[in-house]
Amino acid sequence: MKAGHIQELLKARVLKGPLPEEEILTACGSDMMSDVLAFPKDKMVLLTGLTNTHTIRTAELLDMLLLVFVRGKYPSEEVLEMAEDAGIAVLCTEYTLYDACGILYSAGLPGGTGRKQ
Amino acid sequence: MSAAIHERYPVEKGAFETAGEVSGKIKRILRKLGVASPVIRRVSVASYEVELNLVIHSLGGYIEIDIAPDAITLIVQDRGPGIPNLDLAMQEGWSTAPDEVRMLGFGAGMGLPNMKRNADEFDIQSEVGVGTRIYMKFYAAG
Repeated sequence: MKAGHIQELLKARVLKGPLPEEEILTACGSDMMSDVLAFPKDKMVLLTGLTNTHTIRTAELLDMLLLVFVRGKYPSEEVLEMAEDAGIAVLCTEYTLYDACGILYSAGLPGGTGRKQ
Repeated sequence: MSAAIHERYPVEKGAFETAGEVSGKIKRILRKLGVASPVIRRVSVASYEVELNLVIHSLGGYIEIDIAPDAITLIVQDRGPGIPNLDLAMQEGWSTAPDEVRMLGFGAGMGLPNMKRNADEFDIQSEVGVGTRIYMKFYAAG
């Protein structure tokens, strides 16, 4: 799924672009970075309500290209600058984590349960 | 990959602001050396987890990395306080992290099991009042 399609489905604002051209293959929704680190997949988008610098560090270490902040959460400028330096595009949606994940899943973007990295 | 590299990075107790910087450095070195991406990811995840553990749980310590053509080794040593029950600590979901750490998105009890899952060889030794030593080896061939 293209990042532009994800933006459209989640009616999201672009906080940091440009959106990546690469196909996003899977998604992960969590406010616990420990859990995100436990189930990394290739070309993954992370949906989270956690807006601190550790979200960016986690995303960067896992080579993520796209991050979506849910529940209308807006990160600090420092966090957005870190994302820019790491080459990670950032979206913001008003949907809750559950709803945002459900919308993307229904549209065909799979999660990572049971799949080997 | 041809170079043999040996580095040691100190990690201080409670340094949440900078937690992850050592892992970022390690990742950049491995990328520069042309290590395969899946291997870099496994090393990065394990080093980030162990770096966070040093910040959250230890009295401070260091992460040592050895990069050889066939394998990458991480040796981690702290100055205490030691883990009273290693079997419990290795269980997924078991955590003694305080609430302020959970607010930062960590302390889900996945750290040590996740290190073990990502490393090809894993060993942990701990003595209460002395410290904890973790050995992780990652084969370069993936």
